[in-house]
Amino acid sequence: MALIPTPSQTVGPFLHIGLAWLTTTELATDASAGERIVVAGSVLDGDGKPIPDALLELWQANAHGKYAHPEDAQDKPIDPGFTGFGRIPTDKDGHFRFVTIRPGATPGPGGTRQAPHIVVAVFMRGMLRHLYTRMYFSDEAANAADPILGRIRESARRDTLIAKRAADAAEYRWDIIMQGENETVFFDC
Amino acid sequence: MADPVGYRRAKPGTQPSYSHPPYQSSIKRAPTKPLIFLPHTLSEITGPIYGHDRVIPSDSDLTKQHRDEPIGERISVSGRVLDEDGRPVPRTLVEVWQANAAGRYNHEVDRHDAPLDPNFTGAGRAITDEVGRYRFLTIKPGAYPWRNHYNAWRARHIHFSLFGPSFLTRLVTQMYFEGDPLLPMDPIFASVPDTGARDRMISSFDLETTIPEFALSYRFDIVLRGRAATPMES
Ligand SMILES: [Fe+3]
Repeated sequence: MALIPTPSQTVGPFLHIGLAWLTTTELATDASAGERIVVAGSVLDGDGKPIPDALLELWQANAHGKYAHPEDAQDKPIDPGFTGFGRIPTDKDGHFRFVTIRPGATPGPGGTRQAPHIVVAVFMRGMLRHLYTRMYFSDEAANAADPILGRIRESARRDTLIAKRAADAAEYRWDIIMQGENETVFFDC
Repeated sequence: MADPVGYRRAKPGTQPSYSHPPYQSSIKRAPTKPLIFLPHTLSEITGPIYGHDRVIPSDSDLTKQHRDEPIGERISVSGRVLDEDGRPVPRTLVEVWQANAAGRYNHEVDRHDAPLDPNFTGAGRAITDEVGRYRFLTIKPGAYPWRNHYNAWRARHIHFSLFGPSFLTRLVTQMYFEGDPLLPMDPIFASVPDTGARDRMISSFDLETTIPEFALSYRFDIVLRGRAATPMES
């Protein structure tokens, strides 16, 4: 007998009361293997206005491309200092910033390889059901063969998922734009 | 490596749309371009197993977080977390937040002219047990006005957040109360077209789990997405 899943509802404007205790903007510890990176950006609405009551949740593999989860059966090392989970509320100006390590490549559908990426769930007041997106890295040659990026036909749309690396530092810029010409690609999961 | 078994996708009408104009804030925050179909990869079927080490049993009692007891009707809210096949979801994090008995949130952006309660923060968390059960002790939240339209009031509710076993089972929802006269006119509740799905969000008064001489009780079972039998593609 199949049960109907409980429907989603918005986090509302007061999400911080229940969710801020688990805010995690530093995903890596000193012991985590891999290149440390900073990612910063803004969440913007259909008028280009910053969204101060959004929450991002991140999930990523470690530097070896292994997820800290029992269903990842790959023969790759677990990094004891790295869970791969982040929770980042936007600030009053709609900004977010997190520090993590660059993830390794992971297996994709049909024996393909996925370029390094972070999966992102987006929650906010005004959003009745959270959205899924992904963040990739501009300085990553493997993006060209990524099976998920390959599903997005227009290159301008694909670019919305690619965080841009600064010229002089391990810092990336990535905005989440809800509507309009540069609307971020969201996935039907 | 074989493709992982994904999760079931929502049946039409059982989840709210992103754009639901009666809920005004959704208009400028809903995507306008079609979502891209994503096959469930290892990145999605895994997910955080996190926070457990930071949750202590007293986190589920919202009435004992301050020196004195909060004002309001003390209630127990309990139930089970299940998947679509009715199997329990054990050892998963449940987070809740809510207004106080007067309908006021302990939050700087809440401008409702109702009293704050110095003995009520309105946040709690619990980990489900081996058979998916959880229980919170709290105060029945008040209804509150919210300016979405003329004379708009939110039906009484408690916000719930759950993880489940993967990044795809993540759920943020709201629990409502059986018989609340505000339910039919609440556009957030009404955003779910399928009435069977919508009714999943309504808790029921439950005499059996009432704590005699102490608190009435509401039962709220939560169903997370279940596993697809075979990998799916549209
Ligand atoms: Fe609320």
